[in-house]
Amino acid sequence: MNGASTSETGVVTGSPVKKESRRPKYTKFTQQELPACKPLLTPGWVISIFLIVGIIFIPIGVVSLLASNKVVQIVHRYDQTCLPANATTTKDAQLSYIQNPGTDKKCPVTLTVPKQMKSPVYVYYELDHFYQNHRRYVKSVSSAQLQGNNVSSLSDCKPEDYVNGLPITPCGLIAWSLFNDSFSFSTVSNVSVPVNKNGIAWKSDVQKKFGSNVFPKNFPNNNLTDPSGIGGANLSSSLPLDQDEDLIVWMRTAALPNFRKLWGKIEQDFQPGDTINVVILNQYNTYSFEGKKKLVLSTTSWLGGKNIFMGVAYLTIGVLCIVLALVFLLIHLRHPRPLGDPSYLSWNRKNSHGTDNLRS
Amino acid sequence: MAGGGGGKKMRMRFSKLYTFGGRFKGTQSLRSSDQEQLLGGKGFSRVVFCNQTERHAVKPYKYRNNYVSTTKYNVLTFLPKALFEQFRRVANLYFLLAAALALTPVSPYSAASLIAPLVFVVGVSMCKEALEDWRRFRQDNEINSRKVKVHVKEGRFESKPWKKLSVGDIVRVEKDNFFPADLVLLSSSYPDGVCYVETMNLDGETNLKLKRALERTAVVDEEAEFGSFHAHIKCEDPNPNLYTFVGNLEYGEEILSLGPEQVLLRDSKLRNTTHVFGVVIFTGHETKVMQNATDPPSKRSRIERKMDSIIYFLFAVLVLISVIGSIAFGVRTKLYSPSWWYLRPDQTTIYYDPKRPGLAGLLHLITALILYGYLIPISLYVSIELVKVLQARFINNDLAMYDPETDKPAHARTSNLNEELGQVDTILSDKTGTLTCNQMEFIKCSIAGLAYGRSVTEVERATARRLGKDHLHMLQYDDSVMTPVDPGSPPDSVVAGSVGGSGIELATIGHHHHPLAPKPPPHVKGFNLKDERLMNGQWIHEPNVECIRLFFQILAVCHTAIPEVDEVTGKVTYEAESPDEAAFVVAAREFGFEFVKRTQTSVFVKEPAVGPSSGVEWTLREYKILNLLEFNSTRKRMSVVVRDEAGRILVMCKGADSIIYDRLGKEGKGFWEATKEHLAKYGDAGLRTLAIAYRQLEESEYTDWNQVFVKAKTTIGANRDELLEQAAERIEQDLFLLGATAVEDKLQKGVPETIDRLAKAGLKLWVLTGDKQETAINIGFACSLLRQGMQQLIISLDSADVKAAEDSGDKVQISKVSRASVEEQIASALRQIAQDADSDASHALIIDGKSLMYALEDGMKKQLLDLAVQCASVICCRVSPKQKAQITKLVKEGTGKTTLGIGDGANDVGMIQEADIGVGISGVEGMQAVMASDFSISQFRFLERLLIVHGHWCYKRIALMICYFFYKNITFGLTLFYFEALTSFSGQTAYNDWYMSLFNVFFTSLPVIALGVFEQDVSSRVCLQFPAVYQQGPQNMFFRWGRILGWMINGVYSSLVVFFLVMGSFGLAAFQKNGQGAGLEEVGAVMYTCIVWVVNVQVAFALSYFTVIQHAVIWGSVALWYLFLVIYGYINPVYSTTAYKVFIETLAPAPMFWLITILVAVACVLPYTVYQAYQRMFHPMDHHVIQEIHYMQKHITDPKMYKREKRKAVQKTKIGFSARVDANLSMQRAKNRYYDPTFTADVKSLRDPPASNVDLFESPLFSSFKRTV
Repeated sequence: MNGASTSETGVVTGSPVKKESRRPKYTKFTQQELPACKPLLTPGWVISIFLIVGIIFIPIGVVSLLASNKVVQIVHRYDQTCLPANATTTKDAQLSYIQNPGTDKKCPVTLTVPKQMKSPVYVYYELDHFYQNHRRYVKSVSSAQLQGNNVSSLSDCKPEDYVNGLPITPCGLIAWSLFNDSFSFSTVSNVSVPVNKNGIAWKSDVQKKFGSNVFPKNFPNNNLTDPSGIGGANLSSSLPLDQDEDLIVWMRTAALPNFRKLWGKIEQDFQPGDTINVVILNQYNTYSFEGKKKLVLSTTSWLGGKNIFMGVAYLTIGVLCIVLALVFLLIHLRHPRPLGDPSYLSWNRKNSHGTDNLRS
Repeated sequence: MAGGGGGKKMRMRFSKLYTFGGRFKGTQSLRSSDQEQLLGGKGFSRVVFCNQTERHAVKPYKYRNNYVSTTKYNVLTFLPKALFEQFRRVANLYFLLAAALALTPVSPYSAASLIAPLVFVVGVSMCKEALEDWRRFRQDNEINSRKVKVHVKEGRFESKPWKKLSVGDIVRVEKDNFFPADLVLLSSSYPDGVCYVETMNLDGETNLKLKRALERTAVVDEEAEFGSFHAHIKCEDPNPNLYTFVGNLEYGEEILSLGPEQVLLRDSKLRNTTHVFGVVIFTGHETKVMQNATDPPSKRSRIERKMDSIIYFLFAVLVLISVIGSIAFGVRTKLYSPSWWYLRPDQTTIYYDPKRPGLAGLLHLITALILYGYLIPISLYVSIELVKVLQARFINNDLAMYDPETDKPAHARTSNLNEELGQVDTILSDKTGTLTCNQMEFIKCSIAGLAYGRSVTEVERATARRLGKDHLHMLQYDDSVMTPVDPGSPPDSVVAGSVGGSGIELATIGHHHHPLAPKPPPHVKGFNLKDERLMNGQWIHEPNVECIRLFFQILAVCHTAIPEVDEVTGKVTYEAESPDEAAFVVAAREFGFEFVKRTQTSVFVKEPAVGPSSGVEWTLREYKILNLLEFNSTRKRMSVVVRDEAGRILVMCKGADSIIYDRLGKEGKGFWEATKEHLAKYGDAGLRTLAIAYRQLEESEYTDWNQVFVKAKTTIGANRDELLEQAAERIEQDLFLLGATAVEDKLQKGVPETIDRLAKAGLKLWVLTGDKQETAINIGFACSLLRQGMQQLIISLDSADVKAAEDSGDKVQISKVSRASVEEQIASALRQIAQDADSDASHALIIDGKSLMYALEDGMKKQLLDLAVQCASVICCRVSPKQKAQITKLVKEGTGKTTLGIGDGANDVGMIQEADIGVGISGVEGMQAVMASDFSISQFRFLERLLIVHGHWCYKRIALMICYFFYKNITFGLTLFYFEALTSFSGQTAYNDWYMSLFNVFFTSLPVIALGVFEQDVSSRVCLQFPAVYQQGPQNMFFRWGRILGWMINGVYSSLVVFFLVMGSFGLAAFQKNGQGAGLEEVGAVMYTCIVWVVNVQVAFALSYFTVIQHAVIWGSVALWYLFLVIYGYINPVYSTTAYKVFIETLAPAPMFWLITILVAVACVLPYTVYQAYQRMFHPMDHHVIQEIHYMQKHITDPKMYKREKRKAVQKTKIGFSARVDANLSMQRAKNRYYDPTFTADVKSLRDPPASNVDLFESPLFSSFKRTV
């Protein structure tokens, strides 16, 4: 501010003290001259991009569809069929059946194998209208407790936090509402088909999230103690949490109100036409909220289970890209716009629009 | 300079007048009586005990110390104050509220994940504040610890830092030092107690001001004497008025009156005086300059204001979807949740209570408002701020805007307005110091009817350039008629005349120093007269040698300048009130009449002794100054009455030619005809002219007159000025005309070219100047704002009836007549424009300050604006600083377009602050304008690059950046909504809390910042080559609602694609070979991965300029996400919850995960790509085509086309020298056609002038210019 000695007039005064120059340094960066590639969306590029995307996407779509197609899947809905005839009519009848601990809940079902199913055949149960993703539900767990840490507060688990002042392990609504239908499989010849319950949960869950020294404690084994008779499975107080893979799978909450969970693996092949006898212990209450229950047997491909959505999506977009490529190609051939044609510049268009059209 | 400053200057000068007259007792005692009443009363309560600072240590005389702090905060107040500032922003407050609510169960996420980004964002802003404040603190500290000599006791003075000063201290200030506080001058190194002060920092005026001590104290001028000095001062309280001061000094028995003449203000500088003694009266923040400090108005750019409306819009969307979600939640909670036993509806909390669904819904609304907060990006403000700071750094660091002469780079003082630079429509420019250098060069003169001086003026040079060599020949011819050309040292005009068609030599005359001249004489600042007949004492061989001598003597004597002798070199420099005056004294010195010394009563000039043969003998002559008759705007002349050594009494007079002519005696008109002709020629060349005349007085005549004059001067009252004027009028009669001077007001470098290019970019330039009409018009011509053939619509109040009214003195009548006159002139001008509407005629509006006074009234404002916008150029002359601001406001509000005010002086501050963007020229006129400005540049010509390159870039960058920002947050925010719908609107999110908090901070922030900082649609060179591209900004093509909504729709589309493709692909089935199905954790992580990809790929598609940096940040952000997922996944699940090993264990091995990512990314950018391809194919914008030209290397393969397009890439313009050349050529063609009937055949080719003539920018002259910009 005051450094500049400005002599207004006359002869230039003695040269001021040489100061550090404020000249900005030259670098390509500061002068915004860094080497850069400037990709341009030229018609050529547009057409080739669309074409390439199409060419890549269509095969992926086809492969995905094939993979999905290879998967053999048996889906059996049993919530209605497993009700005794007197309990099917009204919701009240359904509820009184399911909530009565005295009723016989065994339900034999026969499944026919449509195509060869190669081992392992995964056994799933599928529920719908079950909001495992409800915020109240999702939050209702104490992961510290599951790991076996000392936990001072179980407030997240309310109301399944304490029973008679004693902390519940595992606490919270998720554990409390554990799915408790079970399935036993046998062949026509009444040979029991073993279901492997090991390895249905993610390894990390087993190893880290659920402690090996955490045992269920004060767990309200509902159907006996709870007066309303609702709720989920019993937990054996002698089985450490990390070994109860059903619980572990259940506690990894689903994203949608309609979900499938892995129940076990059958490690044997089934041939087409084979029948499988299943005895379902139908005791889980989905009747209150009219949720369906399904038993699913499925093989997997490299891409997972049976789902054509992604394949179709890939195909659709692939085809769309090819179509777009063709449309742009056609347009380009019909009305080619030479790149960098100055007649498209605004100043040229404004003045002589007519002549431009003639030229092109 | 301007009307407003006139009064102030007058006062100052009259004080000088008394000084030179050697008497100034008269007025002092008279004022004291009315002051007595004031002092001690309200507002005048201050008492200063000089030299008794201990008495100021206790109340009520304890005043604040001299510590000055301009910082906003201190250590204690920083936190509360800075936090308050931060949370004044609505967005931040919203996020603070959200963070507070996050501590309650209402919150959809954990408190930490909401608070952390807020802390980060606020933290970054506060760090910036702290850093800026630290810088201010350091600056303050530097000033506070400057040293000054203070009287300790018994006449001893010691150095103390400024901050230690207290009221009552006696200080000794040395030459060229700043005053540390407001002082009352006690005495100086001059025996009569005067001193000279430079007030550049206060009011921007560079001339020196004279302050004087009271006679009574002036004698106390030795350090030792202050040991026993005691006095009291009673004076006014601190106030911001710089030009008034009321006080009394009680010294011994006497009570003496103090006025502004005795006050030395802080921040002004002692000049020309060895030292002064003063007593401190106001310290620190109580000083007048500090009281004057106001914060500049904070300005916001158009884009930012529009961004607010987008935020409101998004906020409405946010509320809307929150309300929808809450209603749905309430309904579902009431109807369905009682049957959801797994949620224990029988033992629920109020948040989910089916019995009270209304309350639950209401609470959910709060949850939802927090949840969808992602629609309003928390980091937007901080990102924009960061981007703008970086953009500003690029502006500061631009070498092409660095001026090596002043060693000043461009400086963006605020970074708020970068993008506004790209939208400017009208430039309002000051003239002096902005377009011109405010450097006067004595360039020609006419003495005794002969014209001297062959230098080519800037204007002539510019004209020559434009009109080609014909005109140059003419110029040369013109001069050589009068002056034989010396072949040894060819003057400029000859070189200019020898220009061929190539224009190479033309380049050379663009420089001030002539490189081709064999021995260029050392350039003297302020003097550029080249004529061997006058120089080196040769003038004695000229006819009328006595006239010449007298002419030079008048130049050396008739002025108010002060010589300053350099003790080392012995060279003399001058401090003068105006640069013109300095040019005269310098000229006199160059002619051999060196003004060396001024005392109170005399001027000493070293001049050649009498006799033609004794040119080398020098004598020192004394001219006794008997009287000095000041220059002012009404008198338009200045005279001194001197007695020379021979005892002659002479009246030396210089003034405007018309004024002088009226006062010439009969014999005095001998040279009038010739001089008049020269004056006209000088005027045409854009020079300022003054006529020089003198008169010899008889002793008795003088004595008689002096009595009248002294009487007038000692008169007290209203008519004093009038009496003085009458007295002056009496003596300035019967003058003898000696000749005339011509001084060039030098245009700044590159000004006409810059104006031309700005005009081509479609910018309008208005010149607002305090100068008089003729000067303004001259400069208008010089800058090509005006040209021959332009209709000049002059609105002024010079008509007879206005004059008549003025003579009557009736104020009501004057204003009535004036108003009517202005109204009629505007109306008729509008009619004329309407008449000429069909023709090609262009108009220039020239209006003066007096007319503006009426024209700016509410009733007439609209018409004036109507008229002004239809004119190609507008020049307002004689406008006051306030009017400048008013005009700016009128344009800004009347047209609704962006205005840019550019100026350099204190008188431009109003305009600079009023305009949407204020640009200060950091030239010679102090820092006032710069301090008030938003950007400072050191030369007008840098404005071109500032606007056309940086403005254009910044506009596009910010516009795209904001659009993209909203896009990415809509994409992200809406997926939250869709997912929430699937959770029965319970407020559950698919994503881990920390994914969400880091979305705007880590995974998507850097690319958008890189976009805002580095994006270039076209290179800087192209910006300059195709000025029309700039119009994309003023037409706001990139921040229209259409475009913004387009991006938003793109965001909605992307969110839908992400959500449904991910959900669909997962479905119910297993997503891996090992049979497990996807849970919340997988879906969340995959969806999030897709979003990170989508928004980053989208930004890559939106960019057109990829350096390493862009690649690094875009792909780095994506990589960072995966890295984060891995690392976060290793943290204990208590903290990482749903992210625990989700990538390593479940996602990475699943081919589906990777396939979904690709699918979604491609599907999302598909429509954008199609739109881009479509637009480029069918409706390419200018920058698209230009990009293609460069891409195809067409600018190299087809240079002709490129050249042609560059030429055409301009807005139709009626000003600038291109327009002038066009006009000239068509005029010449018209002439040719008249003579040569064959010419009529090709009318079209006339409109398309051949490139060689027009394409001035291709000439070497301009390519050199181009390199500098």
